[in-house]
Amino acid sequence: MWMTLQPVLGEIILAITASQFMLLTGLSKSKKRPDLIRLMAVVGLLAFAFVGFVTDRNVTETFGGAFINDDFARYVKLIIGLAGAAAIVLSRNYLRSERLDQYEFSVLLVYAVLGMGIMVSSNDLLTLYIGVEMQALALYVLAAFNRDSLRASEAGLKYFVLGALSSGILLYGASLIYGYSGSLRFDGIALALQGDYGPGLVGGMIFLLCGLAFKISAAPFHMWTPDVYEGAPTPVTGFFAGAPKLAAIALIARVLYEPFGDLAEGWTLALMVFAGLSMVVGALGGLMQTNIKRLMAYSSITNMGYALVPLTAGTLAGVAGMLTFMTIYVVTVIGVFACILQMRIRNGIVEQISDLSGLAETNKGLAITLTVMMVSLIGIPPFAGFWGKWFAFGPAIGAGHYFIVVLALVASVVGAFYYLRIIRLMWFAEANEGFVAAPRIERSFSLVSAVLLLAMGILPFITYPGLNLIRDAASSLFG
Amino acid sequence: MLPVLSFYLISSVAIAAAFMVVASRNPVHSVMFLILTFFSAAGLFVLMGAEFLALLLVMVYVGAVAVLFLFVVMMLDVDFSEMKRGFFSYFPMGGVVAVILLMELIVIGGSYFADSEVTPEPRADGLSNIEAFGNVLFTDYAFFFEASGLILLIAMIGAIVLTLRHRTGVRRQDITKQVSRTRKDGVELVEIESGAGTGE
Repeated sequence: MWMTLQPVLGEIILAITASQFMLLTGLSKSKKRPDLIRLMAVVGLLAFAFVGFVTDRNVTETFGGAFINDDFARYVKLIIGLAGAAAIVLSRNYLRSERLDQYEFSVLLVYAVLGMGIMVSSNDLLTLYIGVEMQALALYVLAAFNRDSLRASEAGLKYFVLGALSSGILLYGASLIYGYSGSLRFDGIALALQGDYGPGLVGGMIFLLCGLAFKISAAPFHMWTPDVYEGAPTPVTGFFAGAPKLAAIALIARVLYEPFGDLAEGWTLALMVFAGLSMVVGALGGLMQTNIKRLMAYSSITNMGYALVPLTAGTLAGVAGMLTFMTIYVVTVIGVFACILQMRIRNGIVEQISDLSGLAETNKGLAITLTVMMVSLIGIPPFAGFWGKWFAFGPAIGAGHYFIVVLALVASVVGAFYYLRIIRLMWFAEANEGFVAAPRIERSFSLVSAVLLLAMGILPFITYPGLNLIRDAASSLFG
Repeated sequence: MLPVLSFYLISSVAIAAAFMVVASRNPVHSVMFLILTFFSAAGLFVLMGAEFLALLLVMVYVGAVAVLFLFVVMMLDVDFSEMKRGFFSYFPMGGVVAVILLMELIVIGGSYFADSEVTPEPRADGLSNIEAFGNVLFTDYAFFFEASGLILLIAMIGAIVLTLRHRTGVRRQDITKQVSRTRKDGVELVEIESGAGTGE
């Protein structure tokens, strides 16, 4: 019993927290109910994040090999769990001020994280699909959570329709793979690739990859991103930009490196196309944006392109580079959205980039933290963003993929324009009416994130254990 | 003898009901006949020894799909006489499709009957279909089963979050209150002078 359940312990904790503790507490009529449930959610998510490291660090499969818990899954779950907890804490003041403070928000977010946990631990096409659907279903509802807002409903509906389409593509690929390999399990598929395999396996893999590319909003499957990011409530957008992207790209890494490792020449090209298009679309699309959430949507499309670059290498360093880049990106995104949540004037929340004008005069602290984030996103040393790109592009150069790296550098330079525009606006433009004083949670989150971005870049006692953890995680895909 | 009789009875009901789905003028009646068709088909499955499929057919098609149809028919005010107006202009195209479908059915049925010895074999261990499914569903596939259950729970929570509105000032039925009402709080005896009314 324990041997079967121990690998899924984190998921069980989340499922029980959400379905028993949180939903039952929801029945109470107390005024403190939302805060109490948020506390439960945060505790559950933290337990989910760390439980894999507490029990044992072996590679364990369970449920007939459908579910795997290895260092790779443990590391990704750590980051996802922390990002989910951060999103719940950050959402509190926003939901209160927008009169949206229903406790179901935390429940759905916990379920989304549970789905991501199943995704990154999947060792079977059925587990993969169940995980993808679980997180997607919860995220659709979160996007439309502000149901009285037309834009939020539009965001939810668009996300839902395109997400359903992507699920269809993914399932079609999965059925082709199953038909041609005779196995749903990843090791069975890898075994089928050893022998004579039909064209259906390659086609199925491409369809599967396209379905997953929707989830990381890689071009040409990025169309939903700007509208969903703009329409969804800001804390939800902040969550969208980080954890689900990490879960989906980790799943891509696992699918490509474990069952389809022998098809490397096939998927390398596909990944390069996704990466190249995403970088171009994101860098050019972001130039004309006026809404900061839309800008972050294009920024995330570009960054997903960067994150795919190391995966094209097909090496251990490539997976490690992707994990390093994504970790730094998640930290940055949490910080940026903590800053966006502070953009509030007396009448309510503002989202235009022009509202940041002259921020250095009215709110120096926010201006400095936001500048740190932007500089890190551009990738200027010594900030962590530079090292993220360093570890991401290095393996691709090592594998001889010079073209894609040059394209990535060009996209970085073009993309730097829109980050620099924000910095210029904050420091050298005429001051607007200042923002009202932000709550302490948002301020501390943006500050911690900014400090981390600096510290991860220069302090070896943070970087070395972190990089070791990432190397262990990456090597478990090559076991 | 009995199985053969029931087969002819059920299948003739199925065919008649299927005909009535198309023929009846009232769309609500059409859906009702559709439900009857599904039921008869479920009966045919039982005769073949596929009781699990029969249950699924009743639960999924009658319980969910047909009810959904009914909702659509009754809530959306679709003008069916308007839809029937183009019957003759669409007839050639529809006719071609119908003939193709009929040919396919004949080919499939012909190949089945040409090889008439095919009969479903019962399982060697003597388990019924439902027992066999249950044995793997709650052991080998327990993880998928539970996780799918959670997905349905998420769908339910999501639907409630997005649509439930607590209106103020709505009178709700409170059964405890109704039941615990006594004669004392319900009835008041008033002395009324004749010709004066209750004074209200």
